[in-house]
Amino acid sequence: MNEEIIIAGFGGQGVLSMGKIMAYAGMMQQMEVSWMPSYGPEMRGGTANVTVILSDERISSPILNHFDTAILLNQQSMDKFESSVKPGGVLLYDSNGITRHPQRKDISIYLVEAATESGKMLTTKTFNMIVLGAFLKIKPLISFENIVKGLKDSLPVRHHHLLPVNEDAVKRGMEIVKQVQ
Amino acid sequence: MGEKKLMKGNEAFAEAAIRAGCDAYFGYPITPQSEVMEYLAAQRPHLRTGMVLLQAESEIAAINMVYGAAGTGKKVMTSSSSPGISLKQEGISYLAGSQLPCLILNVMRGGPGLGTIQPSQSDYFQATKGGGHGDYRMIVLAPASVQEMADFVRLGFELAFKYRNPVIMLSDGIIGQMMEKVELFDQMPRLTEFDQQWATTGKTTDRERNVITSLDLDPARHERHNLKLQEKYRKMSENEVRFESIECNDAEYLFVAYGSSARICQKSVKIARARGIRAGLIRPITLFPFPSEEIDRMAGKLKGILTVELSAGQMIEDVRLAVEGKVKVALHSRMGGMVPSPEEVFDALLKSFSI
Amino acid sequence: MEARNIKLEEIIRDENLVYTKTSLMTDKPLSFCPGCGHGVAHRVIMEVVDEMGIQADTIGVAPVGCSVLAYEFMNIDMQQASHGRAPAVATGIKRCWPDKYVFTYQGDGDLAAIGTAETIHACNRGENMAIFFVNNGIYGMTGGQMAPTTLPGMRSSTTPYGRDVALMGNPLKITELVAMLPGTCFVARHTVHTPLAVRKFKKAVRMAFENQKLNKGLSFIEIVSNCNSGWKMTPVQANKWMEENMLPYFPPGDIKVNGEMVSKTAKSE
Repeated sequence: MNEEIIIAGFGGQGVLSMGKIMAYAGMMQQMEVSWMPSYGPEMRGGTANVTVILSDERISSPILNHFDTAILLNQQSMDKFESSVKPGGVLLYDSNGITRHPQRKDISIYLVEAATESGKMLTTKTFNMIVLGAFLKIKPLISFENIVKGLKDSLPVRHHHLLPVNEDAVKRGMEIVKQVQ
Repeated sequence: MGEKKLMKGNEAFAEAAIRAGCDAYFGYPITPQSEVMEYLAAQRPHLRTGMVLLQAESEIAAINMVYGAAGTGKKVMTSSSSPGISLKQEGISYLAGSQLPCLILNVMRGGPGLGTIQPSQSDYFQATKGGGHGDYRMIVLAPASVQEMADFVRLGFELAFKYRNPVIMLSDGIIGQMMEKVELFDQMPRLTEFDQQWATTGKTTDRERNVITSLDLDPARHERHNLKLQEKYRKMSENEVRFESIECNDAEYLFVAYGSSARICQKSVKIARARGIRAGLIRPITLFPFPSEEIDRMAGKLKGILTVELSAGQMIEDVRLAVEGKVKVALHSRMGGMVPSPEEVFDALLKSFSI
Repeated sequence: MEARNIKLEEIIRDENLVYTKTSLMTDKPLSFCPGCGHGVAHRVIMEVVDEMGIQADTIGVAPVGCSVLAYEFMNIDMQQASHGRAPAVATGIKRCWPDKYVFTYQGDGDLAAIGTAETIHACNRGENMAIFFVNNGIYGMTGGQMAPTTLPGMRSSTTPYGRDVALMGNPLKITELVAMLPGTCFVARHTVHTPLAVRKFKKAVRMAFENQKLNKGLSFIEIVSNCNSGWKMTPVQANKWMEENMLPYFPPGDIKVNGEMVSKTAKSE
């Protein structure tokens, strides 16, 4: 198994932490993992992206141009990374703010209305966990149990009261994701 | 072995510093390595091991604090990124001239000047050929994973004390910022005994005073000092060469790359092999001393060598010196924070040798 | 008077002993110019270390300038520092040996020009160490160039027509400046050109070391001295010139004691 993922969106959407939780959970399952963020001024409210690799073998390049899965959460990311999905790969997106929907015919495309859904929850900060749930539904590579461990590790202790709502968000994402192509 | 964690390279380096029994860290913030001091500060190392942590007023002050602290015979370190490492060069020259052990991390970013905060490998010359003034060398360790960002702290201190010389870890923004699984070594004790031959522990009546200096105004004596240093560097070259060979046994084409470039090339080797091209990779782990002998040994049976660097081509000079014209050595170079993809590197191999 | 054949053994006797060089000064003859204040300052500091019995617990830092060879004369563990960085080097040592006594011995160019940042920040952090700052208004070692403390109108090899403050700025009263910082506990200015002055200086040096024992913060002692070679005067002329010109600008006395400002001039500044 070797899963190469790009997650891209706005800074503040929780793109980096979603990737980190995936990597952490992968590690809990004895996978080799890497998490390579874009860093620098981009982090401050601009676009942010992170490459996550989950693998059964030693990971070679953390820098990639082609991905098995692209999780794209704004228009800039759609424009930049739609073409980077390997033929037969997966593109998961949230239509909120998307003016040009994906055009590729040779990939599977999934939609998760995470922004809308997070608005209905206790806090909209659950956005990224809804997206993560959607990904897990499409590619059940990591167990829900390990995702919870990852959440615990990445949330500061003072926010641990938010663990249940985040867990709910992951489950919600699994429910609402739908394949559009 | 110890605990497994998911960490950034910079964090793994900092955690390893505490575990290696480091006595003091002095630094100044600069992207992309600020996590080192941030992580240390959050860990409160003075409570964990008694390690000193101090944010200095500048990189210049930081390296001079390292110089002072290293003089006490303790394990001390600093970290910075390219422009900050430039500022530290005078101090590094003093450390080398005074024969003081210490560990210096450079998480390289692009230059020249303020350049960019994105990753680069353009400080190869600076690290391997001297950097500051005078004839000196440092062992240069090039980590290519978060695991090595941790492991090389322990190795770096070992080598620094073995040779009484600064050791530099030459990393880059990719290795510093990426997270991987890391298996941390167990906590080591801090030093309790200090070398009375040279360390400033306070002059007792049973020994001569210890003076740490790089100054000698007597030319004949100073030449002897320099010859002694050169002898030390020769011993390092003899004993400390480290490299990794990947798919080299039957290789017709060889990538030579270190650090993050080597990671990219590992994938390029896979791509090449999948296309029936017998490619291999030599990853120098020490950049000084350089694995010249191994590359030379392979040169006779190779059709071409491609060095891959996030610079205008610096290590390629050492590769060319190693093979002395026996085989064509080409370069794939990206600069300014641009990083090639494994496919791009593979294409460069095809193009360079008309495959 | 009757000529007598005096033998050395008759003179070198306990009852004739009026002065002994401390064993904390090495036997190497001082290389400073005759009449220079450095030698006296060196000796006084080493005498205090000797009297306190702290040789095995004292580490000195010698920088660049005329004090670069201090370790040739001071019989203690020492570390040479690059130009201006002595306070940073001493910080590194002190942080690693918090129970030892650490001092720097710096000139005006080193401390108040190239090393201003290190000086200010070590003082501001309140490092528990002593800084001895020899101010002779000139770069002695390199041949008499303008220093940050060169007086207005004063000639040097780089101000051959005198220091023009409009072009070259004013002499820096860094001692008053560091006295303003909360990290300094003891700040004073002394001279070493008369026996009385030397005695006063010695008391201050003692206090600087005692303060370290009590972790009170940084002690900073300026020693206004001459540079007869750099000033191109005889030693006697140089001391007279120093009294008439340097001391009005850099007045001796305590500025801050036990963390309290005591100098009116410093307060008003």
